[in-house]
Amino acid sequence: MHLHIVDYAIIIIYFVFVLGIGFALRGRMKTSEDFFLSGRSIPGWITGLAFMSANLGALEVMGHAANAAKYGMFVNHFYWLAAMPAMCFVGVFMMPFYYGSKARSVPEYLRKRYDEKTRTLNALSFAVMTLLVSGVDLYAMAILFQRLLHWPFGASVVASAAVVAIYIYLGGLTSSIYNEVLQFFLIVFGFLPLAILGLKAVGGFAGLKEKLPNPGYAHTWANIWHASQNPMGINWFGTIFGLGFVLSFGYWCTDFLVVQRGLAARDMPSAQRTPLIAAVPKMFFPLMVVLPGLVAIALDPHLTKYLNGRYDNALPAMLGKFYPSGLLGIGLTALMASFMSGMAGNVTAFNTVWTFDIYQTHVNPGQPDRHYLKMGRLATVFAVAVGIGTAFIVLRFNNLMDYLQLLFAFFNAPLFGTFLLGMFWKRTTAHSGFWGLLSGIIAAAAHYSLYHYHVIMYPSDMAANFYQAIWAFSVCVVVTVVVTMFTEPRKEEELVGLVYSLTPKPRNQDLPWYERPGILAVGILALCTVLNIIFW
Amino acid sequence: MGLDIRLPIGIIFTVYGGILIIYGLVVDPAIFVNSAGVNIDVWWGGAMLVFGLLMGLLAFRASRRAAP
Repeated sequence: MHLHIVDYAIIIIYFVFVLGIGFALRGRMKTSEDFFLSGRSIPGWITGLAFMSANLGALEVMGHAANAAKYGMFVNHFYWLAAMPAMCFVGVFMMPFYYGSKARSVPEYLRKRYDEKTRTLNALSFAVMTLLVSGVDLYAMAILFQRLLHWPFGASVVASAAVVAIYIYLGGLTSSIYNEVLQFFLIVFGFLPLAILGLKAVGGFAGLKEKLPNPGYAHTWANIWHASQNPMGINWFGTIFGLGFVLSFGYWCTDFLVVQRGLAARDMPSAQRTPLIAAVPKMFFPLMVVLPGLVAIALDPHLTKYLNGRYDNALPAMLGKFYPSGLLGIGLTALMASFMSGMAGNVTAFNTVWTFDIYQTHVNPGQPDRHYLKMGRLATVFAVAVGIGTAFIVLRFNNLMDYLQLLFAFFNAPLFGTFLLGMFWKRTTAHSGFWGLLSGIIAAAAHYSLYHYHVIMYPSDMAANFYQAIWAFSVCVVVTVVVTMFTEPRKEEELVGLVYSLTPKPRNQDLPWYERPGILAVGILALCTVLNIIFW
Repeated sequence: MGLDIRLPIGIIFTVYGGILIIYGLVVDPAIFVNSAGVNIDVWWGGAMLVFGLLMGLLAFRASRRAAP
């Protein structure tokens, strides 16, 4: 990849803008609510694009392009089977409880619904997971810097971390959200020409199908019925239940990283629309990541010409192949924008959970608000510093995606069981939440050790992750139900606003039809079904 | 809420669009061999410029309405 002065200029302008937004917002951070929740004042389209963008980290962009090169269109399931239904579900059914209960974080909702120990367990496990994940984006960005500027890995990690730390330190969640919106548009404009040029080079979609090393790569669903027929080695049950239900609902519905964007919205309809607005661009994202991955493997089936033996190189290699100077600068800026938005999402979620759910609750309660604002800024610096450390852990793994799905299967999968029962079954008792969640995490750990020491076998690491999620979720649900049977339920009047059957439904009659969450969700799912059929 | 995010987006896209168009016009066209012979810098720069101006216009109209 050969860079000209114009490409460097484009990248430098981007950094100036990102830091500039942080400085412009510095004076507006007066209370802890401003810093952690943007004062609940942001319009739905902004929180919606930020919701989408916070999820668009290295895993999403580089990881899914790599997976598409490795497994073909099967990767579409991460979008159309996994993300779409879960995003509609969180918008229509769960956001009213998150936003309406005035909880400031996901763990805080758990305290209201269950009790203090459930919240603390979730806060701690979430904090650990977030720190482990945040290193992934730093790692990816450092690799890019290393290749472009020939900086050493360590210096690249520190430099990229510093930029993210500065803009969040100055402007809190607002700065992160605003930058995510800017990053979203840069990502779209940076990657869209790749789909166009790539398709043109292989002779359109028909030409692409012909050049793929395995005809199964051109199908999303056709090879799902038997594990032996698809390259990931997962059958329909593992895919639909493990990925489509447990992992995806666990991520989109309970991961504070994304839910936090909805909480920053200015009113309930905007909060409900946040994931629904995000779902629309998300649905078309395979065009920008899966397609370049397929083009890469069609042009280089033996990974010798452009990919240098690694699937992870698919997206940067295609940028280098198709983009002339000028556009190359835009493409690389888009790549960096995606890593920074992913990292920033983790950092803002961590500093909120740390400050509200751990520090204010257990370490130092009863301080004036200014104290917690300061703690949030300190936690930002701390999270970035630990992220630098975890970037070096990631360096030792050879596949980003497996590392991440492993973490999600540990922490998000059982949590979804706790939420599902808590929100939709009023009988669920306070103790059962804690014991269910704890045994779910233990089940995930047990499954992981059994797999790690080859007691149980799966055809691929990804299959192991899907089944680990299924086990963790099922154990959590069973234990929660059993403990509920032997403990006293809470009084119904304490659960108003927290449980579906005891909460008045949000009234949307006065909204125009295109702003009603239910109608939007049905439209999104219908469109998504059409895409599934076209690329069957 | 203060800062209208459409303003910085409008500015950066207008600047990027301008840079790409100018660069695409002055550079040796041999570099467009990889992009199928299309001067993608000029075309895509044009798209970014239009988007940037549109965002800037929306931000400008909103600020006029907010401060009569």
